[in-house]
Amino acid sequence: MTIRASKLWLGYGLAMVWFYFLLWPLMGIKPEGLEFQTSLAVWGKVAAASAVLLALYQLKQGGAFRFLEKPAQAGAEALAAVTGRVPTWLALCVVAGAAVAFPFLTERYAHDVAISVLVYIILGLGLNVVVGLAGLLDLGYIAFFGVGAYTYALMSVHFGLSFWLCLPISGCFAAIAGCIIGYPTLRMRGDYLAIVTLGFGEIVRIVINNWMSLTNGPNGILGIKAPGAYWFNKGSFEHIWLNNLEQLYFVILGLAVFTIVAVYRLNYSRIGRAFEAVREDQTAAELMGVNTLRLKLLAYALGAVFGGLAGTFFAARMKFVSPESFTFIESAMVLAMVVLGGMGSIPGVILGSLALIALPEVFRGFELYRMFVFGGVMAVMMLFRPRGLWPAKRMGVRSEEKD
Amino acid sequence: MTKATPILELKNVTSAYGRIKAISEVSLKVYPGEVVSIIGANGAGKSTTLMSICGVLKPVSGEVWYDGARIDGLAADLLPSRGLCQVPEGRRIFPRLTVEENLDMGAFFRTDKDGMEHDKNRVFQMFPILLERRKQHGGTLSGGEQQMLAMGRALMSRPKLLLLDEPSLGLAPLIVQQIFRIIQEINEVDGVTVVLVEQNANLALKSSSRGYVLETGNVVMEDDAQALLANPAIRAAYLGE
Ligand SMILES: Nc1ncnc2c1ncn2[C@@H]1O[C@H](COP(=O)(O)OP(=O)(O)OP(=O)(O)O)[C@@H](O)[C@H]1O
Ligand SMILES: [Mg+2]
Repeated sequence: MTIRASKLWLGYGLAMVWFYFLLWPLMGIKPEGLEFQTSLAVWGKVAAASAVLLALYQLKQGGAFRFLEKPAQAGAEALAAVTGRVPTWLALCVVAGAAVAFPFLTERYAHDVAISVLVYIILGLGLNVVVGLAGLLDLGYIAFFGVGAYTYALMSVHFGLSFWLCLPISGCFAAIAGCIIGYPTLRMRGDYLAIVTLGFGEIVRIVINNWMSLTNGPNGILGIKAPGAYWFNKGSFEHIWLNNLEQLYFVILGLAVFTIVAVYRLNYSRIGRAFEAVREDQTAAELMGVNTLRLKLLAYALGAVFGGLAGTFFAARMKFVSPESFTFIESAMVLAMVVLGGMGSIPGVILGSLALIALPEVFRGFELYRMFVFGGVMAVMMLFRPRGLWPAKRMGVRSEEKD
Repeated sequence: MTKATPILELKNVTSAYGRIKAISEVSLKVYPGEVVSIIGANGAGKSTTLMSICGVLKPVSGEVWYDGARIDGLAADLLPSRGLCQVPEGRRIFPRLTVEENLDMGAFFRTDKDGMEHDKNRVFQMFPILLERRKQHGGTLSGGEQQMLAMGRALMSRPKLLLLDEPSLGLAPLIVQQIFRIIQEINEVDGVTVVLVEQNANLALKSSSRGYVLETGNVVMEDDAQALLANPAIRAAYLGE
């Protein structure tokens, strides 16, 4: 498919005019008066860059790069041949090795980013159970993260309970919260469900914000303990706090691996298949003997458990929680990871989290335009990979793998 | 045929969507081992009748009896394990599940692995094309293949009573014949009782023992299939003569 040159450049012109009308009010309207220079400068750069890209595109369509095609194809084939021959377990070992070696090879800042990525991977995989598998659009997912974080914060500060004990407790509390929030929405579909879950997510945050006697409101809770551990030292075990980032990295890595294994097993289980059936056609699923209401509730609860686990870790890592960390934008972020990575696909969600957390860090150089570049990259990815970075092979593989 | 106790009986069942009545005072009986057709024009309430039997739609009044127990008011998902299964109108297979997973969904409530495996092979024997397509997404099958899949999926629950809603809808004559042969086979070989809803009244009545005629939500006639086929009024209204 080739687009005619005139049409291409006309589109370009229109897009640039539109872009300027978008850009100028943002940069040009100032308290001192209207100003055109800065916005024109930025606009000029973007216009020039796009013109170059378009020209390259045109050259490619015209066949100017045909001489590159053969080597490129050969390269791709060689790569496919190599990756095709590498068994899955070996690939997994390499990834696992890299994950373990990572903190020893990198700086503090990288540890920090990696911990964030892993937290979001757990959140993304949890939300994926609800959105990807069961097909329930949940815009308030971060509430369960909050429930988990506050559960541990309160248990740690008031009762001195350990992190490891609080993990399952937070999971349970989050699951209960999932059921409470999920129950009234069970009979809703589509748009209504999205709006109501959004509302519930905000309710949880606002309750935390206003329940001064329990949560200390917007001031948050301080003095949360880090995870403890026993370490063999000089012939005896001694208790230590896993305070530094490297140790915390391994804690969250363990949690992430647990989550991946759990979600993977769920994906390939009878219940996972039923989740998908409910997503595809609720009435038909009912006719097959699936209790759809109970199943949806289960999806909410299971998804919430992972949110709760991630929240517990978050509280332990920050040693401080406040309602600010659980705003709608966080829910949107996690949802974006799931959608960007590929709904229902475990590697996709992992890639999506990497892309959304690590990429903005990479783009830090762009300073002011960071979010802008980020948005652009998202838009481009959606254009070229509309089903996500690593789309679920729609479980076609699933029955194959059973053989 | 011994007409002892009916396996399915509707007593004056009235169902409505909101305030709009779709069927009123429908009564019918189905005896074990029979094939019974329900025929009627578009919008007569045939699908509504089946949905009321299956519990997807709760009747406003009246009773549904199945296998000696009253089932109206029971949740729809409790019925497949009792041997009552429906192949709904428009097939409604799960488009993004594979053929094999669709079949597995039919046996959702079952736990006997060997039995399931056996039944799956049986379905593949009946519909060899499904075996060929087992890794393919249900949604990518042709209309006829989807109908086969929908029937196979229902058979995976080992039904005693199978409700079929327009199994011939939109299919080529050859496929329709094949589907009806299978219906006959499961009725005669496996002893499954069948309730058949059809637009194609001729074909339906020819393969059933009795028939009901539904008109704007009411049963207007009930007779042996042969008698219905011979009835001039029926021939005029439903057989296009
Ligand atoms: N979900 C619904 N909401 C409201 N009205 C409905 C609904 N489904 C069916 N109806 C109405 O109920 C009546 C009976 O519909 P039904 O689907 O049972 O007809 P049918 O005999 O199966 O027709 P067809 O042969 O076209 O499938 C129709 O008047 C229809 O408009
Ligand atoms: Mg119908």
